[in-house]
Amino acid sequence: MSTLEIRGLEVTVDTDNGVVEILKGVDLTIKSGETHAIMGPNGSGKSTLAYSIAGHPKYTITGGTVTLDGADVLEMSVDERAKAGLFLAMQYPVEVPGVSVSNFLRTAATALRGEAPKLRTWVTEVKSAMEALNMDPAFATRNVNEGFSGGEKKRHEIMQLELLKPKMAILDETDSGLDVDALRIVSEGVNRAKEANNLGVILITHYTRILRYIKPDFVHVFANGRIVEQGGPELAEKLEANGYADYVSK
Amino acid sequence: MSVLTTNYLTPSGREEAWRFTPLKRLHGLHDGVAVISDRISLCVKNGLPKGVSFTREDLDPLAQSDDVIIERIRGASKSVSHLSIAANSEIAEPVFLSRSKGAVDTAEFSRVRITLGANARATVIVENTTDTVLAEDLEISLAPGSDLKFVTIQEFESKSVYTARHHAVIDKDAVFKSVTVTVGGDVVRILPTVEFIAPGASANLLGVYFATAGQFFEHRIHVDHAVPHAKSNVNYKGALAGQDAHTVWIGDVLIRAAAEGTDTYELNRNLLLSDGARADSVPNLEIETGEIIGAGHASTTGRFDDEQLFYLMSRGISVNDARRLVVRGFFNEIVLEIGDQVVQDRIMDRIDSELEKAASDV
Repeated sequence: MSTLEIRGLEVTVDTDNGVVEILKGVDLTIKSGETHAIMGPNGSGKSTLAYSIAGHPKYTITGGTVTLDGADVLEMSVDERAKAGLFLAMQYPVEVPGVSVSNFLRTAATALRGEAPKLRTWVTEVKSAMEALNMDPAFATRNVNEGFSGGEKKRHEIMQLELLKPKMAILDETDSGLDVDALRIVSEGVNRAKEANNLGVILITHYTRILRYIKPDFVHVFANGRIVEQGGPELAEKLEANGYADYVSK
Repeated sequence: MSVLTTNYLTPSGREEAWRFTPLKRLHGLHDGVAVISDRISLCVKNGLPKGVSFTREDLDPLAQSDDVIIERIRGASKSVSHLSIAANSEIAEPVFLSRSKGAVDTAEFSRVRITLGANARATVIVENTTDTVLAEDLEISLAPGSDLKFVTIQEFESKSVYTARHHAVIDKDAVFKSVTVTVGGDVVRILPTVEFIAPGASANLLGVYFATAGQFFEHRIHVDHAVPHAKSNVNYKGALAGQDAHTVWIGDVLIRAAAEGTDTYELNRNLLLSDGARADSVPNLEIETGEIIGAGHASTTGRFDDEQLFYLMSRGISVNDARRLVVRGFFNEIVLEIGDQVVQDRIMDRIDSELEKAASDV
């Protein structure tokens, strides 16, 4: 049983126009097996929350704490956070030219497991992870995210989620750019990972569509750098009907 | 032993061709002070397949040169190490040439010729190792319809100086591909140059280099499109790490008035892995006719992409392993063109160890 605890998180970013305050005190607690949907309008700071937890160097933490089972996440380097059990499925996965998917996955698995996975079982593991997400086996020989379609990038992210077996996953707009079939396949992957590893999930999205496939236990409305309302799945239905206007004008 | 005293036009360092080169570190190759030994270091590494011969003979130069060191070499010797691939022979396995011996208290003048007969097909890999001072006039003749992959690997030891011109003369419909790898030596200055003498030919000049603290590597490419309908592509990638690591890439492409239907593109990308290193990159495109298919160039010099490192590290990969992956990936595109697994692995391992060395220096 793991707990990711975010308390009073304040984050700024340096821009050409100076330092901009983006997160203004975020409080959120996620336990293993729970799924928290974070919904909110563009520019409300949802992605900043995701990247700050993962440790992207662009963001400066100016206040608050993030702990995973009591360990100070903010003190950890980016790779240490992954080793502690955090995973970020990115909205815009980065291209890494000349590095094949199979080499990348094996290097990551070796780093996270502390030893190189046995070749035979590893090959089977990767193959079945790819099949489960309807991916062409040739995918493994392609360079990481290079020339991938939007849907392929997202499948690749969720394949890593299944292979790397984190304790807590943040899915940053994993549903954006997916057609109905791909959304279903990717959602099934997330649900498998939840079931297999009792994964805790922060699901960041604009739309309720993905929540039909990945059932949230909690829904948080994010606006202007903080959580402004919390509720159960019924809150998502309300947002679907009324939009974010109420929260943005507040 | 002979001491070369003839005073040709000794470069002062102000000439365009020499303005980047650290002349003082050339062991007197440029000003005639070098003591020239009579060693001939180039040899066949394994046996030669049928259709291939390697002999020592007197040959006139294939093409003129305006490089003063090449002139000195030619002035000193008519004798050439000649690798000849007979017409119509298809050599499946690469032909390896290597260096048997070297020395840094004396210099070697080397003349080499690689000849491909009509419709011959081969891969030649030259492995430049040892600690040596070596100036080389290497000329390649591609007869009509021939196809050569020419790989040179500069894996010299740390005191070595290597100045060379690798000049290919490409006849009708011939296909020339070169992969120039420079990872070792104190000063390496190579002029990979190409001239087309009949239509329908192509040249693909690829290269990678990795300079660490104090090393100077210069690649001065020249592609001469003098005839119609030839195609050229240049793609060199370099990485630099450490104090006073310095690389120079010059890409001169000349499209003469007669060279209608020319298609050319040149690219140089440099990755600066630390402070204190300097990459000069100068593409030059001179076009004397508008009747061409395409002519372009691009040059980029940058640091590690933070987004790439973040992505890899967010999967648990350490910063050093992430850097290694990115650098390997950067070079992969070109190293894989060598087509020989053993050589490729060796170069990638060397790049890894250069990177480690650089990281421990910081």
